[in-house]
This record gives sequence, structure tokens and C-alpha cells, in this order.
Amino acid sequence: MHTDTLTIAGRGLGSRLFLGTAGYPNQQVMLDALEASGSELATVAIRRISLDGYSESLTDVLASRFGGRVGLLPNTAGCLTAREAVLTAQLAREALGVDWIKLEVIGDRELLYPDVEELLRATEELVADGFTVLPYCNDDPVTCRKLADLGAAAVMPLGAFIGSGLGIRNPHAIETICARSPVPVVLDAGIGTASDAALAMELGCAAVLLNTAVSKARDPVRMAAAMRDAVAAGRGAHLAGRMPKRAFAEPSSPQLGLIGT
Amino acid sequence: MNGTIRINGRDEDLAADTVAALLAGRGIVPGTRGVAVALNGAVVPSRHWDQTPLSAGDALEIIRPVQGG
Repeated sequence: MHTDTLTIAGRGLGSRLFLGTAGYPNQQVMLDALEASGSELATVAIRRISLDGYSESLTDVLASRFGGRVGLLPNTAGCLTAREAVLTAQLAREALGVDWIKLEVIGDRELLYPDVEELLRATEELVADGFTVLPYCNDDPVTCRKLADLGAAAVMPLGAFIGSGLGIRNPHAIETICARSPVPVVLDAGIGTASDAALAMELGCAAVLLNTAVSKARDPVRMAAAMRDAVAAGRGAHLAGRMPKRAFAEPSSPQLGLIGT
Repeated sequence: MNGTIRINGRDEDLAADTVAALLAGRGIVPGTRGVAVALNGAVVPSRHWDQTPLSAGDALEIIRPVQGG
């Protein structure tokens, strides 16, 4: 089988599924789901350390299970301003030795919707500071183009609200973004089940980033494997090129030689 | 030393004269994987912890990666 490597900022990724590490029933399930997903990129958040007692480091846990097979993609989840997001990214780089950042700048704590103005500002600052910036953004072709123009290595439009599992609410917008984007498009947020992930890939997305659809599935490890297969199937269908849609029936079987005529 | 320092959003008595000394008191030595520090909004690389003095009124953030989406 031919390889279909996704390249972002010069780094090749064999899997087009990026998986979040939050909200699993326990750490073992998280690790097993990550394994089953085949993902080579796992998102992590950056938070104040608890100074009350020792707890096992997430980076150590991931490194001991996966070694270098799974890279870390720190996020700036929860940041409300460009200033907060830039500092969080810089702390993530120092803590992890990773200059990739999933840039989230939120304008509304309930909707977790991006604040475009702050997002653009943070992207510009982090690109200038040498980061590989992957911004979580609106499903808006204009915003996506602006982010790419500022040097974002990929754009990550939302399919629906974070954690909603509502799927891709505006597939035409996602398809348009994919058709026009000079950088890879990663569908981020809103995926609820495997068919949503397949659709994202069929629409032309380069990859899918999801978390809750796996972590809150009844069987997260099995759902992780389903997502792996869905992303591969959707990607295959996109590359194969779907048949044209028709309004009426078109028989598949020959019309000549029908019995009884 | 007099005064207070704000550590991860909480005011505490200033009882260490450098970033390294403060962190060592909490079991964090330079080279501890996955820990990073910002003093007054600027990252302090771990190799500079022992040369970075603390003063009353400083704000220190000490972070680590956690599970996230």
C-alpha cells in the first residue's frame, strides 16, 4: 500500500487522527485508546502545578508507553486573550521542548467559541517567536485565510461546539475552506462518531482532531479504533473521488436482454 | 526577607531568594521534566532558575502538562 503521509511544517505524520488525552474513565483507558487510534499526535493542556503533593507526570506516562511514537501537541485551552495564550505557549515550549502549539483563544467561556481578533494577534506573535502554530478557529474561510497568511502551519476549523458531538454543522464551509486553504486543514471539535470523522476527510480535511467522541464513548478503546478506520476510509474516499450525485435513478445492471421482452 | 510573593495565584510569604531555592523547597529541581516557570509574565528557562532573584510583589507561575483536548 502506498504511503499517504501528512506533512505539517516539514514533519511527516503517518496518522491523520490527532487525539486528545482528557476525560477518559482512567489513565489506562486513555493510553489504550491512544494506542488503538494509531495517532501520532496527542494533545495536552498546560495548567498550574499542584504544590500540595507529588503526582505522576503525564509526559513520563506517555513517554514510557509510546516512546517517541506519539508526539505531544500542547494547547492553550481556556485562554481568553492573546497575551495569556502566548505565555501559555511559551511555558509549554519550555516544559515540553515542543514548539508546536494548538492555539485556542476563547471569546466565550460557555460556548468555547474562538475570539478571532485575539486569535489572529496571538498567531502573529507566536509565528514571530518561532512556533509552529495550529489555530483552532471558526469554520470561516476568511478567518482561515488570514491565519494562513500570518504563517499558521495549519488551520483547525471547528465542526461544531467543543465537546458537543454535533458533527459537522456546515459541511459546505469546511469543504470550501479545504478547497482554498494553502495550508493543511484539520477538523477540530464537534466530531461525535465515526461517520463525522469520515465526512471531514471526504470533504478534504488533511486530518481530524478529536477527544470527547472517544473519551466519552461507552467503550473508548473500541471507538478510538473506529475513528482510526473512519479517518482512513474518509481519506481513501476523498482520494478516490466520489461519483457524481444524480436526482433520479440510473440502473447499474444492463438494460439489454431483459427476460420476457 | 519580607513581604509576599504570588505563586500560582496565591499570596505566600517570601521565604526564598531565588526561583531555584523556592522550587527546591517544593521538590522541583532544574531538569525536572515537564515543569516550566514564568516570573512576572516571562518564562524563566530552568538553567537560569538559580540566577533569578525573587522580590516582594513578584508573581510566579509554575506549570506542567495535564490531560487536555
